[in-house]
Amino acid sequence: MAVRGPSGAGKSLLLRAIVDLDPNKGEVSLDGTSREAMSGPAWRRLVGYLPAEPGWWGDRVGEHFTDWAAARPLIARLGLPDDARDWPLTRPSTGERIRLALIRALAAHPKVLLLDEPTAALDAASVAAVETLIAERVEDGLAVLWVTHDAAQGERVARRFLKVEAGRVSEDGK
Amino acid sequence: MNGYIALSTTDLALGSLLVLANALLSLVLHLGVHRRLLVAAVRMVVQLSLMGLVLATLFSHVSPLWTVLAALVMVGFAGREATARQDRPLAGWWSLGLGTACMTMAASLVTVFALTTALRPDPWYDPRYAIPLLGMILGNTMTGVSLGLNSLTNGVALRRSAVEARLMLGAVRLDALGPVIRESLRSAMMPIINSMAATGVVSLPGMMTGQILGGVAPMEAVKYQILIMFLIAGGTGLGAVGAVMGGVFRLTDSRHRLRLDRLASTGKT
Repeated sequence: MAVRGPSGAGKSLLLRAIVDLDPNKGEVSLDGTSREAMSGPAWRRLVGYLPAEPGWWGDRVGEHFTDWAAARPLIARLGLPDDARDWPLTRPSTGERIRLALIRALAAHPKVLLLDEPTAALDAASVAAVETLIAERVEDGLAVLWVTHDAAQGERVARRFLKVEAGRVSEDGK
Repeated sequence: MNGYIALSTTDLALGSLLVLANALLSLVLHLGVHRRLLVAAVRMVVQLSLMGLVLATLFSHVSPLWTVLAALVMVGFAGREATARQDRPLAGWWSLGLGTACMTMAASLVTVFALTTALRPDPWYDPRYAIPLLGMILGNTMTGVSLGLNSLTNGVALRRSAVEARLMLGAVRLDALGPVIRESLRSAMMPIINSMAATGVVSLPGMMTGQILGGVAPMEAVKYQILIMFLIAGGTGLGAVGAVMGGVFRLTDSRHRLRLDRLASTGKT
């Protein structure tokens, strides 16, 4: 499902609310289980979130992955070198950070993944690699909510569309 | 009292010449601190003189009620002082309440511990022991509590995205805030660790010096000072852990969300 809408309309706030990072009203449930029935951390392990500017807590890239060996195939697929593990965090570019954070989010095996303009800072080849990777995961049963500004990308990746305008969310035909 | 030299008003006036010299220096060099320097010096004289009067009265009537009352006033001032030192205070009453509660808890626990085990004056609440002891412990606990809280609130505000990145991956709040908590507690404990390491080599503590000037044998004064240092370390640790953990729980909620909206909006952003 793609989420569209002008900048500042509240798309990122919607994602933050779904993943329960800000106090919010509204009922959210996954496979019939209400979010309130589980703890915040348990909910967020099921519902992954890739913000537009992912955060980092360690000094080295590798510290952010619990199992680098398991992440290795994805690292290679998204065009990152294997020695990225030892990079200091000042080294990766914005685009590399987004790809690393995507791998970090996928490594936690969420059932739902919320993406906030994941390809805005990527070159064409990386965009294609990310889109293919996500499409494969969707085939395997991952649900994705994808915020995008790129109408063509929305058509490529989504079957359903949400429109966010001035803080209001509606389902968009097409 | 064996061999202690009483000071006259003239002696103090002579000493105050040094402060006046500093004020003159500020005027000549355009430092702009002469006003504050003089106000602070006058405050110091007035506050200490009042304290002297209060202590004299307290000592002449050894009453648990008056001792506790004096202790409460001291704690109140310490709470206000610690709150004023915050860059990003907690919103509402939490800022004053949390710091004051933790200081009261830690300082009174440690003071009562010392009075009932090591010192054992008779009665144990004798203000001649209780009030100076509380004052020394409280002063240092205040530094620890305010440094710890300040480092915590600055840490979560500046490292919000790092903390939330861990929360997003399903970490519980204590894990997500772990580095910030450890850093806050380290900065709270650093002054007492440094002062224990430097005491006796670089600095001679005021209390010990005072006892020696008052005619106490140096080894006896040293033993007192060692005990005081232990008490201060204990009070600082207790107070800082209480304040930082209280702050962590206030700045997160039961859904393990970071609640920066609970910092006062008047602070820096």
